[in-house]
Amino acid sequence: MSNTTGAESRARDSAQARAPGAEGAKPHSARDDAGGPLFILEPRHSSTATSLEELWHYRDLLYFLTWREISLRYKQTLLGVLWAVIQPVMTMVVFTVFLGRLAKVPSDGIPYPVFTYLGLLPWLYFSNAVTRSAASLVNNSHVLSKVYFPRLLIPLSATLSALVDFAISFVVLVALMLWYGIVPAASTLFLIPLVLITALAALGVGMGLSALNVRYRDVTHALPFLMQVWMYATPVVYPTSLVPEKWRVVFALNPLTGIIDGYRSAALGRPLDWGTLGVSTTVVVVLLFLGIRSFNRMEREFADIV
Amino acid sequence: MTLPIISARGVGKRYNLGRLQKRNTSFRESIVEAIRTPFRRGGTTGTAGEEFWALRNIDFDVQPGDVLGVIGRNGAGKSTLLKVLSRITDPTEGRIEMRGRAASLLEVGTGFHPELTGRENIYLNGTILGMRKREIDRKFDEIVAFAEVERFIDTPVKRYSSGMYVRLAFGVAAHLDPEILIVDEVLAVGDAEFQRKCLNKMSDVAQGGRTVLFVSHNMAAVRSICSKALMLSRGQVAGIGEVDPIVNMYLQAGGSSAAAQLSFPLRGDHRPQFTALGMSTPTIEYGESIDLDVEIQSEIASTVAIELEIHDERGTPIAYMATAPIDKTLITLAAGTPRRVRLRCGPLPLATGRYDVYFWLIRPWAEDYHIPAEALSFEVIHSDPGESGFDFRQSYGRGATTFPLHVADA
Repeated sequence: MSNTTGAESRARDSAQARAPGAEGAKPHSARDDAGGPLFILEPRHSSTATSLEELWHYRDLLYFLTWREISLRYKQTLLGVLWAVIQPVMTMVVFTVFLGRLAKVPSDGIPYPVFTYLGLLPWLYFSNAVTRSAASLVNNSHVLSKVYFPRLLIPLSATLSALVDFAISFVVLVALMLWYGIVPAASTLFLIPLVLITALAALGVGMGLSALNVRYRDVTHALPFLMQVWMYATPVVYPTSLVPEKWRVVFALNPLTGIIDGYRSAALGRPLDWGTLGVSTTVVVVLLFLGIRSFNRMEREFADIV
Repeated sequence: MTLPIISARGVGKRYNLGRLQKRNTSFRESIVEAIRTPFRRGGTTGTAGEEFWALRNIDFDVQPGDVLGVIGRNGAGKSTLLKVLSRITDPTEGRIEMRGRAASLLEVGTGFHPELTGRENIYLNGTILGMRKREIDRKFDEIVAFAEVERFIDTPVKRYSSGMYVRLAFGVAAHLDPEILIVDEVLAVGDAEFQRKCLNKMSDVAQGGRTVLFVSHNMAAVRSICSKALMLSRGQVAGIGEVDPIVNMYLQAGGSSAAAQLSFPLRGDHRPQFTALGMSTPTIEYGESIDLDVEIQSEIASTVAIELEIHDERGTPIAYMATAPIDKTLITLAAGTPRRVRLRCGPLPLATGRYDVYFWLIRPWAEDYHIPAEALSFEVIHSDPGESGFDFRQSYGRGATTFPLHVADA
C-alpha cells in the first residue's frame, strides 16, 4: 500500500533498538523445543536474506512455477515451441544477410551464420531471461499480496524457464555447425559452466530489475531499449578482435563479452581467453550480489506497494 | 504450561497515507522530489498526519490447538493482522514468534491460472500454499473427490463453472496440513451447500488439534467453530478470551457495519426526519420480539409512517413491516417537538445469525421523508424452532425464517 520511506526505515531502526532481544533481528527458522520450526516476524533489515533452508523447503514450488512459465508460453499458439527456434534463426538470417554479406563484418574466419548464431544463442537467452524476470514480480503481484513464499522464486523461475528455449535453439546450433562441416570440439563441454555463468548473470540483472520495476514501472519502458543497446555493446554481430586493444579491458567489463567469446572458443575448439572470462565472471558475481541485495531490500515492501 | 504457538508483542504496522495516493511514483518524480528536497533521504515527505497505524501495540498469545476467531469492524485491522501473521508484509515494530509453519488462506485459488488444467492447478496452488509435491500426490484423489470435478480434472479451469472453480480451489486449501492455519472469510463464496461443506471441514480441522486463526464477520460461524476470540478495534486489541463474552462485546459495540444506536443531526429542511434510532437488546433468541426506539422530529406538523426492512447476513431483504399502510397506524408530529415511539417487532421466527434493520420514514402512498443508509443490527443467538435440538442457522443457506407446518389427512 505505501512505500517505505527513509523516515520509516529510521523509525524501524529505532523501534528495533528499543525492542528487547532485537539482536536476532532476522526472520530465521530454527528447530525449537516445541517441535515445529520457529519463525520470528519483526521489522527487517535489508541485509537479511531469505534463508537457503527456506528456499530448499519451497523447491517443489520453484519446479511448478518454472514449469508453469514454460507450459503457458506457447499455449494457444499455432507454432508452439517452434517459436523457440524461429526467433534465433530468423535473427541469424537477417544478421547474415545485412551484416555478414552486405556490410562484410569480419567473423574471425568462421562462416558468418555460425559466428553470429554462437553469439545470439547466449545473448537471446540472457535478454529473454532478463526481460521475463524483470516483469515477473509485477505480473505476479496478485499472488504476492495474498500468500507468502520466498519472493526470490519468481524471478528465479523466469530465469530457469528461459533455459528451455535455450536448449531448443542449441539443437539448431549443432545442426548449423554440421551443415558448415564444423564438428563440435571436445572443448564444447566448457559450455556447461558457461551456461551457468550466463544464467547467473541473467538472474543478477533480472532480480535487480524486477525489484526496481515494482516501484518504478519505468523499467518496463526502458528495458527493450536497454537490451538493444546492450546487444550492440556485446560482440554478438562482430568479433572482439574488431575492438582496439586498449579498450578490451573496458569491453570485458560487460560480462556478456567474456561469455560470448567463451561460447565461440569452446564450440570451435579455440583457446579460451581466460583473462576476459575471468573479468566477466567477476562482474557476474558482483551483479549477482547487487541483484540479491536490492531484491532483499525491496522484498519487505513488495506487498505494500505492488 | 506449554509455550504459546503464536506470541505477539507490541506489534504495529504503519502505512503512509501520503504515499498511498502517489503509489504510481515514476522515477522522474522521485528525482524531481529529491532535487527539491535534497536533505531528505530518499525523497521522503514524512509530514505528520500522513501516517496511519493499521495496528498498534498488539499483544496476544495463541496456545497450540486453539481456534481463534478474529473479529472487528471493517477497518479495525483484521486484514492487516492476517497479512503480518502470514508474512506477506512485515510489521513496522514489535515481534511475533510462531512455533510452526503457517499456511494462509486469504482467498481461495491464489495462483490459479485459467489456461492450466484442474490437475495442473492443484499442484501449482498446493505448492504456492506451502505443500510439497509428495504431499499433493498423496492427497490428490481426496482433493478431486472433495471438489467433485473428477470428469474435468484434465480440462483447463477456464472452462469450469464458477462453482467448480471455487470447489477445486477450496479443495486444495482444505487439504493443507500446516501447524497453523490462517483463514480469512473464504467461506463467503460458493453456494449454500458448499458453504456448509466448508464449515464442516473447518470444524474437522479445528477438532484435529490444529491451531487455526479464523477471521469472520459471521458471528454464528465464529461461535460454532472457535474456542477463543480476539476483537480488534481501531488497530488495537479490544478483547481476547472466551468466545461468548467477546462476541457479545462486538455485538454491543455495533456489529460489523451497522450499529445498535444511530442518531441524525437536524437537516433543517422542514421535512420530518429520524433524530435517533435504537434497540432494546443486541441479541434475541428464536421467537422473541425486539423493541425499536425511534425518535422523530419535524419543523412543521405532519403525519408519518415507519417502514422496516430486515436483511440477513448476505444483505438479502427477508421481511417487510410498516406502521402504515399494513398496520394502519399513522404517527402525528407536532411542529418542532421530537416524538419518541417504541415499535415492538415480533415475535421473530428467525434462524441464528446477524440481521440488519433498515428504517424508512414515509407518508404512505405519497412521499419518502428520510431513508438512513445505516441500519441497526441484532443477532439471533439461539434458534431451535421445534425445541428438537435442531440448530437452525442462516449459514446453512436454507433461509432465515420458518413457518408452522400442519399435517392433516386430505
